Amino acid sequence: MYVAVKGGETAIANAHRLLADRRRGDRNLPAITIEQLIEQLGLGVDRVMAEASLFDRSLAALALKQSRGDMIEAIFLLRAYRTTLPRFGTSKPVETGSMQVERRVSATYKDLPGGQLLGPTFDYTHRLLDPSLLEDGMVDQAVERPGTPDHVMRVSDILDGEGLIEPDGEMPEDHVAGDLTREPMEFPMQRDLRLQALARGDEGFLLALAYSTQRGYGRTHPFVGEIRMGLVEVELEVPELGFTVSLGEIRVTECQMVNQFKGSAKAPPQFTRGYGLVFGQSERKAMAMSLVDRALRADEFGEDRLAPAQDEEFVISHCDNVQATGFVEHLKLPHYVDFQAELDLVRRMRARHAAEMNRDIDKEAAE
Amino acid sequence: MEAATTHHQAEPPARKRVLDLLARATRTDMETVFNALVTKPNHERLRGPETGLVMVRGRMGGGGAAFNLGEATVTRATIRFTDGTVGHSYRLGTDKRAAELAAIFDALWQQDSTHQLVEDKLLKPVEEKLSAEQTKRAAQTAATKVEFFTMVRGED
Repeated sequence: MYVAVKGGETAIANAHRLLADRRRGDRNLPAITIEQLIEQLGLGVDRVMAEASLFDRSLAALALKQSRGDMIEAIFLLRAYRTTLPRFGTSKPVETGSMQVERRVSATYKDLPGGQLLGPTFDYTHRLLDPSLLEDGMVDQAVERPGTPDHVMRVSDILDGEGLIEPDGEMPEDHVAGDLTREPMEFPMQRDLRLQALARGDEGFLLALAYSTQRGYGRTHPFVGEIRMGLVEVELEVPELGFTVSLGEIRVTECQMVNQFKGSAKAPPQFTRGYGLVFGQSERKAMAMSLVDRALRADEFGEDRLAPAQDEEFVISHCDNVQATGFVEHLKLPHYVDFQAELDLVRRMRARHAAEMNRDIDKEAAE
Repeated sequence: MEAATTHHQAEPPARKRVLDLLARATRTDMETVFNALVTKPNHERLRGPETGLVMVRGRMGGGGAAFNLGEATVTRATIRFTDGTVGHSYRLGTDKRAAELAAIFDALWQQDSTHQLVEDKLLKPVEEKLSAEQTKRAAQTAATKVEFFTMVRGED
């Protein structure tokens, strides 16, 4: 039975006004600007872009401001916005090999072409709260070392020369990359669709799954072959011009995870790989993505699927935080009628239960 | 010889460089040059300016088969001058005014009377600014390069 109930308009309007009031907070403080969010809370903005699957720093910052810093709410806002826009086309694949690198580290080779470039990292900080940030003090300019930068070679190409590592990952020649935003999900899924799902998946969920593989739930023996972060060009074929236009640069983070593999009937012993690519500067997410990508390739290597991180349907169906929050949070919406029906049912069941108990007691007494 | 072949698709036409640079010029860069124009061109809008999405692709493993990474906002515009010259622009982001200005400058670049002005006042400064930014970023990154040294222990 479905009963429409009206009412609550004033309460809702006032609640939203209260929300706007709380969002603004103390009026004696200056309102935060979009530019401040982009410049000073940039990694939060990046996370919203990555999980909303929409690269636009200004809109992501606006969403973050509107959501009062609630990441998933901001992601939801941005996802909703993207549905209002037409799609102009599909870019050529971004070439991470020719990235303007801002950070590149490898845990497998100490001395590699291009070197270990730490970039703006939290690594090696002492994780002590810095009271100097309480004040708006002067901050030193970054140190510069002029000169022509070396070509930053991809680590996977080094191992590839010896044939010790599997290639980048191919699909059949006529395969068109699948698009989750256009077609319903079906399992089993191809790797290209899984990578799209993981790239927009929840960082916390993927981090936990990646961690589980390290702790023994679907062990993959990983090494960070390389992490690189920097700017890549977005190029679009424009039919009316007849050539490819470069639309600008976007910042992405890439992780090449190298995994030990002892070989099987199908393949000789070699290093296999997991891949992570994420909008913005987001190393933790790129690493987690690459670990989960590798775990989900179990079938390709004849590995048993025993752990949660290897279960494609489980991982892909639950990694989207907008879907997850939608289903979990809908529980707080009115379920008055459903609950009334259940209440009535439980009362009747209890009455029957009590009657049966009494009958048993009477029977025992009679015996 | 070179100039005669620029309209062939095999090599990137000179206009590609123009569109690529205009996609990176800021709105302020373009407004400044536009405001300084002695005679403002009359243009009609053929399409847009309008904002939409481009699906950005990556490659599995970095160099393998393509997959869809996620979308980016893109704004485009197509304009026409009264003499029939058509200007196009495509750029990341949602700035419609910037897209329209870029399309106007694309058309101005194609006209003999304003070609050099667009080159000198807009494209070259933008090119220099981008190059300076890139050099600075590279120099900042280079300063964070690890210089390993070996600790020698014991006597040998």
